Amino acid sequence: MTVPVSWYLLLAAVMFAIGTTGALTRRNGITIFLSIELMLNSVNLTLVAFSRLLDDRTGQLVVLFVLAVAAAEAAVGLALFIALYRHRRTIDVDRVNLMRW
Amino acid sequence: MELAIFLIFGALAVVSALVVVIHRDPVKSTLSLVVALFATAVLFLLLGAPFIGVLQVLVYTGAIVVLFLFVVMLLNLQREARSEGGGRLQRIFAILAAATFAAMTGITVWRWTTGANPGALDEGFVSLHALAAELFDRFLLPFEIIGLLLLVAVVAAYVLAKRPDPRSGADPGAESSTEATR
Repeated sequence: MTVPVSWYLLLAAVMFAIGTTGALTRRNGITIFLSIELMLNSVNLTLVAFSRLLDDRTGQLVVLFVLAVAAAEAAVGLALFIALYRHRRTIDVDRVNLMRW
Repeated sequence: MELAIFLIFGALAVVSALVVVIHRDPVKSTLSLVVALFATAVLFLLLGAPFIGVLQVLVYTGAIVVLFLFVVMLLNLQREARSEGGGRLQRIFAILAAATFAAMTGITVWRWTTGANPGALDEGFVSLHALAAELFDRFLLPFEIIGLLLLVAVVAAYVLAKRPDPRSGADPGAESSTEATR
């Protein structure tokens, strides 16, 4: 039996919600980044599921670009954290609030 | 059979996603992300996207997560792992917001696509040849731009993570680094 596409979409929504919770509640910069990767991943799942449903390959190609952007984002973000850690000895986002208030 | 694989790996993805968010140790969070991404790769295979599934394993779990692990171990975040504070109210509202989002999306998705069974997979849809033909035809310009973006990201990462030159006194980061060592 084939699995209905709506199940994949529901799974992706749940994973996105988990990622959102992590990005909003965690204070460790690395974990916030991991949560964002989780959100990107669930969006990829949605794209591939719709690509299967509509029998259109465009969704898979967009996933390719999302992967590349995620790689670029991870590289730049982690470099930022290294620079931050070198200056402040912490990546706790509550203690890096110079530009917040 | 397909249903069983979906249920097993879907549950695995959700559980490991929860571990990523909940676990206090960044190393274990990162390793749990590997499991979540791998389970998603299996779902990609089920959805008739073998190329995307392989790419997910290669690029995500092979390159990006290793980069994460590298940085986590480089930074030595023992102190961070324990001092996970955060307001309780903020946590409750974040969970509430995420649950609302999931419920709204879930209801919408359920109404619109329920019972929408895709047809049987045909050879043409799975074929890598057709995917590549479309990528280098319709999506050629975005493809080139993505290459440029990756190059810019590499240069940016190098510049950002570079150790400031100790000889140049006019380094913008010099002031705060002396402050940190004090």
